[in-house]
Amino acid sequence: MSITLFEKSQTGRTGINIPKQSVADAPTLDSAFLRATKASLPEVSEFDVVRHFTQLSNKNFSIDANFYPLGSCTMKYNPKVQERVAGLDGLANLHPHHITNNQTDSMQGSLKSLKVLEDNLCEVTGMQAFTMTPQAGAHGEMLGIMMIGAYHKKKGNNKRYVIVPDSSHGTNPATAAMVDYDVITVKSGPNGDMDLEAFKEAMSDEVAAVMMTVPNTLGLFNPQIKKICDIAHSYDALMYYDGANMNAILGVLRPGDIGFDVIHLNLHKTFATPHGGGGPGAGPVGVGERLQEFLPDLQVGFSEDVGYFLKEPSEGSIGKISPFFGNYMVLVKALVYMQTLGKEGMINVSKKAVLNANYVLARLRGHYDVPFDTLCMHECVLSADSLTKEHGVRAMDIAKYLLDFGLHAPTVYFPLIVKESIMIEPTETENIDTIDYFCDKMIDASNLARSNPEAFKEYPKTLPICRPDETKAARSLNIRWQ
Amino acid sequence: MPYTPHTPNDVQKMLSEIGIKDESELFATIPADLRAKSFDLDEGLSEFEVFDNFAKFAKQNDTSKVCFLGGGYYDHIIPTAVDALSMRSEFYTAYTPYQAEASQGTLQALYEYQSMICELTGMEATNASMYDGGTAMAEAALMAIRICRKRKKIIVDSGVNPIYIKIVQTYLAYHDLEVIVLDVKGDGTDIKSLLSMIDDTVAGYIFQNPNFFGSIGDYTEIIKALHEVGALAIMSAYPIALGILKSAGEMDADIYCGDGQSLGNYLGFGGPSFGILATKQKYIRNLPGRIVGITDDMNGKRSYVLTLQAREQHIRRDKATSNICSNQNLMALRATIFMSLLGKEGFSKLSTQNYNNASYLKEELSKIDSVCIYNQNPTFNEFVIELPICSAEFVSQMEKRGFFAGLKLDTVYDDFDNRVLVSVTEKRTKTHMDEFVIAVKEIV
Repeated sequence: MSITLFEKSQTGRTGINIPKQSVADAPTLDSAFLRATKASLPEVSEFDVVRHFTQLSNKNFSIDANFYPLGSCTMKYNPKVQERVAGLDGLANLHPHHITNNQTDSMQGSLKSLKVLEDNLCEVTGMQAFTMTPQAGAHGEMLGIMMIGAYHKKKGNNKRYVIVPDSSHGTNPATAAMVDYDVITVKSGPNGDMDLEAFKEAMSDEVAAVMMTVPNTLGLFNPQIKKICDIAHSYDALMYYDGANMNAILGVLRPGDIGFDVIHLNLHKTFATPHGGGGPGAGPVGVGERLQEFLPDLQVGFSEDVGYFLKEPSEGSIGKISPFFGNYMVLVKALVYMQTLGKEGMINVSKKAVLNANYVLARLRGHYDVPFDTLCMHECVLSADSLTKEHGVRAMDIAKYLLDFGLHAPTVYFPLIVKESIMIEPTETENIDTIDYFCDKMIDASNLARSNPEAFKEYPKTLPICRPDETKAARSLNIRWQ
Repeated sequence: MPYTPHTPNDVQKMLSEIGIKDESELFATIPADLRAKSFDLDEGLSEFEVFDNFAKFAKQNDTSKVCFLGGGYYDHIIPTAVDALSMRSEFYTAYTPYQAEASQGTLQALYEYQSMICELTGMEATNASMYDGGTAMAEAALMAIRICRKRKKIIVDSGVNPIYIKIVQTYLAYHDLEVIVLDVKGDGTDIKSLLSMIDDTVAGYIFQNPNFFGSIGDYTEIIKALHEVGALAIMSAYPIALGILKSAGEMDADIYCGDGQSLGNYLGFGGPSFGILATKQKYIRNLPGRIVGITDDMNGKRSYVLTLQAREQHIRRDKATSNICSNQNLMALRATIFMSLLGKEGFSKLSTQNYNNASYLKEELSKIDSVCIYNQNPTFNEFVIELPICSAEFVSQMEKRGFFAGLKLDTVYDDFDNRVLVSVTEKRTKTHMDEFVIAVKEIV
C-alpha cells in the first residue's frame, strides 16, 4: 500500500481539463531554449489522485485525531474558523505586488489586519514594535540576531560571541552561526537553570547577545532572568528571547518588561495555527527601543488622511529576509485566534497549560525519573534513565509503545542535557480524560518495562510500519523515484 | 472559554493531585516584580463576530480586477482537488514527521514531492521545501560558498528578481563575502562582461530564466565557463516555465532554486508559498532542510523516513548546514497534488498555453504606436511594455477600467519610469486580452 503515484501511472491518463486556449499558437521558441523531453510527472486520473492522497492522509497522526504531548512543540487545537477566514476571496487571492506597486487602496484590509496584529503582539510581549516578515521561528531568530549584529556594528562594538544555555533549542546555536557569530554554550546548574556563575564567567565585552528560552526547555522558570538581563546589558550585550515557550507565560510575564531587547514568537505554537505537517509557521519578531531602527522593511503605519500605509524603512534597516509579510495567511489565522480568546481567554491559556503539565507530572512521578523535581511550567521533563539502566528499555521504546494507543509520542532525547529524556507538553486544550488516558498508558509502559522489557521491541504493532531502518536510509540513499 | 475544557471539578481534582490549593500557586516561581505590567487586550469574541471582522478586512482589499500582475507571483488555476485533499486535517493539523510510524502519509507525499521536483528541474536531489523563492536563493548562495571553500564571491545577474537580490544581500551581509550585482543593461544578460568577471575567486553565479523582465536566455556558455574555473551555476526559475523551457539539469546548473506559489498555492498576499532548492547528487550533504528517503522497516516493509539528519540544526547545532527547522510542508503537499493532477502532458500543455497567451498579448500591444516592447530576447509568459506615460498613471488608469495591469518597474529599478511588467497566465482569455488592449489604446 505504500506504492508511489509514479507506480500507479499509466500513459494517457490525466487528472485535469485545463481551460481551453482561446488564441492561436505562437511561433515555437528556438530549440536552444526548450527542454528536450517533458517532465515525467505521473499520469493519473483525478480520482486516482484523490484516492491516493486520501489513503496517505489515513497514515498520519494529527491533532484533530490524536493527543500530541510533544514537549516544546505546543500542539494545541486549531480552531476551525481559521480555515473559513483563510478562504475569504479578499484575503486568499490578494496579489502581493500591490505592496511593490504601493497601491495601498487595494490592500487596506490586509494592512489593517497586520497593524492590529502588531499592536496585539506588542501588548502581549511588552515590546515596542513587531515585524511580520519572518516565515518561521528559526527565521525570526536569524532576523533577531542580524539586528543585534547591526546594532553592534553601528556602535562600533567588536563582538564575536553569542551565549546560549546548554538546554537551548538547536536553532539558537545554528542561528548564531548563520549570522557568523561563534557560540559559547553555558551549562545548566543543579536546579535546571543556566548556571549563574558559569554565565558570569562566560560574559565579556566580546559577547554580542545572550539567547534565552523562558521558561527553559526543561519547563522551568529561571527567577534570575532579570539579573541575567542586567549583567548582559552591562557589557552592552543584547538579550534575545526565544518565544517557543510563550504558552506558559501569556498574561503573566512580558519579556519587554524585564529587559529583553528582541523576541520571536512561534504563532503556530502559542497562537494555534495549524502545523501543516511541518509548516508553514510564522515567526514575527518584536523589538525594544535599542533595535527599532534596524527592523526590516514593510512596517505598517496609519494616519487619518491616508489610512494604512507602508512606512519608509529607516536608514539602519537590515534589509529584507522575506519577499513580503512572511506567511501572511498564517498571521491572519493567529489574529483570528487572538480575537476569539481576548484578554481573559489568553490569560486562561497559560493557567490551564501549566495546570495540565503539572497534573501529568504529579501522576507520573514515581513511575519515571524526574530529574528536576519541582512544580513545572507548561511542560515537564521526565527521564527513562532508570528503566534503561535496569531493564534496557529506552525513551524511544516508550515513545513507540504509546503510538499503538493512538497517542503521539512525547518529545524524546531533547533537551540534550537529560539522559533518556521524555518531554511532555499537554497544552491547555486537552481535557482531563485524555490526559488521564495518556498517563495510564505511560504507567502501563513503565510497568511493562519492569515485567517484560523484551515486549517493547515489537511496538508499534498496529501502524503501517514498525521501526524503520534509518541507517539504511542514509547509507543507500533513495530520495526520489526513478 | 471555548478552547479550554476544564470544569471547576476538573480543576479541583487536578490541583489536589498536584498537591496545591489554588491555580495561582503554579506561578509561584515568577517573582512579583517580573509580572506583566499591562495586558490590555480586547474582550474575546464569538467565532461569528471574528469572522465578520475578517470579512470586513477582506472587503477592504481589491481582488476584483482582471489580473495581469506577475513578477514571481501568478494567478494560475487551482484544481478543487488540491483544496479538498490538502484541507484534510490529517495533513494540515499533523506535526513534523519525526515519528515515522505515525507520519507515513506526510513522508510519502514529501518523497513524491521530491521526485516530481527532480523531474521538473532535471536535478538529482532536492529537499522537502524551503520558506520561499527568495530565501531558497539565499540558501543556494550559502551552499555555493560552503562547496567552494575559501572563495568569497557571489555574482548575481541583473535579471534576477530584485526582491530576491535584496534577500540574498541581507543574508550574506554578515559574512566576509562579496556579492556583486550586475547592472541592468537591457532585458538580458551582458554575457561578454560577465565572462570577463568569471575567475577562480568566484564561488557562484546566480541567474534567473526567464529573468525578471520575462526574457529567456541561453546560459550554456556561461555555465561552461563557470565550471572551467570550479565555480557553481545557480539557476532560479518559475516552475511553470519549466514545463517547456530547458531545465536546470539540462543546462548543467549546479543548484536550482525557485518559488512554488504557482504550483497550486494561493497568492495570499505573498504567503504562505514555498521555496524549492535542488542540486546535483554530489552536493546533497551541503543541502539544507529536511530530506525524505526510502528504507525498510524491521519487517522489510517499504518505509519513508527523514534522512541525512546529521546536516540539520537539531543534531548539529552551530555546525548545521542552516538554521532552518521547518519546511513549508502543506504548500509542498499542495504542489505535489497539483503536479499529479496535471501529469506529464497536462503540465507541458499548461506551460505552452501560458506562452501562447502572453505571446498574443505582446503581439497585440506591440501594434499600438506609442507602446514599445522592452524585451529584445524571446519571452515566456511576461514581458515589459514601455509607455508614453508614467507607469503609476498607467496602472491607475487601467485599474479604473477593471485591470491590474502589471508591476510598475520604477518601484524596483532606477530610470524605469514608464515601464510595466505584464504577465499572462492560462486563466486569461482572448476576450480579457482584447479588452486590455482596448483599454491601453484609450489611455495612451
